[in-house]
Amino acid sequence: MMLSKVIELLLGGMVTSIEIFLLTLLFSLPLGLIVAGGRMSRFAPLRWLAKIYISIMRGTPLMLQLIVVFFAPYYVFGVNLSADYRFIAVIIAFTINYAAYFAEIYRGGIESINSGQYEAAQVLGYSKLETFFIIIMPQVIKVVLPSITNEVITLVKDTSLSFVIAIPEMFTVAKQIAASEASISALLVAGLFYYLFNMLVAFVMERVEARLDYYE
Amino acid sequence: MSLLQVKNLKKSFDDNVVLKDISLNVEKGEVLAIIGPSGSGKSTLLRCITDLEQEDSGEINFEGTFGLVFQNFNLFPHHSVMKNITNAPIRVQKRDKKEVFEHARKLLGQMGLSDKEDAYPCELSGGQQQRVSIARALAMNPDILFFDEPTSALDPELTGEILTVIKDLAAQHMTMVIVTHEMAFARNVADTIIFMDNGVIVEEGSPDEVFSSDNQRMKDFLGKFYD
Repeated sequence: MMLSKVIELLLGGMVTSIEIFLLTLLFSLPLGLIVAGGRMSRFAPLRWLAKIYISIMRGTPLMLQLIVVFFAPYYVFGVNLSADYRFIAVIIAFTINYAAYFAEIYRGGIESINSGQYEAAQVLGYSKLETFFIIIMPQVIKVVLPSITNEVITLVKDTSLSFVIAIPEMFTVAKQIAASEASISALLVAGLFYYLFNMLVAFVMERVEARLDYYE
Repeated sequence: MSLLQVKNLKKSFDDNVVLKDISLNVEKGEVLAIIGPSGSGKSTLLRCITDLEQEDSGEINFEGTFGLVFQNFNLFPHHSVMKNITNAPIRVQKRDKKEVFEHARKLLGQMGLSDKEDAYPCELSGGQQQRVSIARALAMNPDILFFDEPTSALDPELTGEILTVIKDLAAQHMTMVIVTHEMAFARNVADTIIFMDNGVIVEEGSPDEVFSSDNQRMKDFLGKFYD
């Protein structure tokens, strides 16, 4: 197979990879904040629920979670889902997994903010919600950004795990080509794509960090 | 009626009784200084009055707005000096933007910080940060201004600039309650001084009365500063 043909096929898979990447971030970044809220709640049952959730998500392989989310509706609940569910399952599995990691990152960031910030906001009459979104969260974002970048870079590579439920993303395609051609060149090209994608991610995140560097 | 009335205030943290039956009044235009050793309860008293702590029992009667100046400034590091001062009046008090900005510029002028509008707190000295935090409190048009050891986090040479600002405010008849370790300053600026020890008010009166008190506890405390 011509290299140009290989690249063409891989680019098709890459679109799916990017979709998984973007949708996962879109859902898991806010969900992580909600989980962090539960994890820090004064209501003990909620706190424990969040703790157990995080513990399971971090303590079991993402690949296993993908398989469970994909097969559970059929094997556990006997529900027959449409062909589209394959992709939805990937997004659900990645989202709930990454939300757990993001939740712990947010928690670390939120707990690093001095209680004096809350007190000053209270004295100035800000509501709880205003305090969180105007005073606390902007500072938290700056604190957690390097850790978030780490997770985002890992996510780029983790999208390749979707091959386990046969989503035609880049790695799945590369593996198929490699098997039919008895050559690893497609895998090497895929590796290069992941690398370039992550260089772009690192570049963008560096720019964002630089923009938040106006205060210490 | 007094602007601020505190009646029979009690507060404990677990088994530790911090405030034992505190009562005091602050009149409009009065400057009250609260002095006393560390752990005497003076900061807790201020925190109860400003709702940062919930008292166990007692009454706090106060109608109006107040400002609080913290020991550690607690400016918002991600907001410029101007935004630190103007954001709450605009968002919380829903005042006219233009009026608030004019007010803020006037206050910064008073604080000698007219050139620092666009600076961020991390670019300022401790004394400058504390002056911004005083401007931030004043921008809310408070009826009373509380200070919680406003110079304790500052180098001695920066302390003076804050004390000067507070003295200017006293001259403008701003009602103030100041928890402080600066004895000479308290004596100089306050109309009334309260000496607290172990959660009770030991001595209360004009600076001359309190500083010439026969109370042994008071004399021991003052002695430490005169030695």
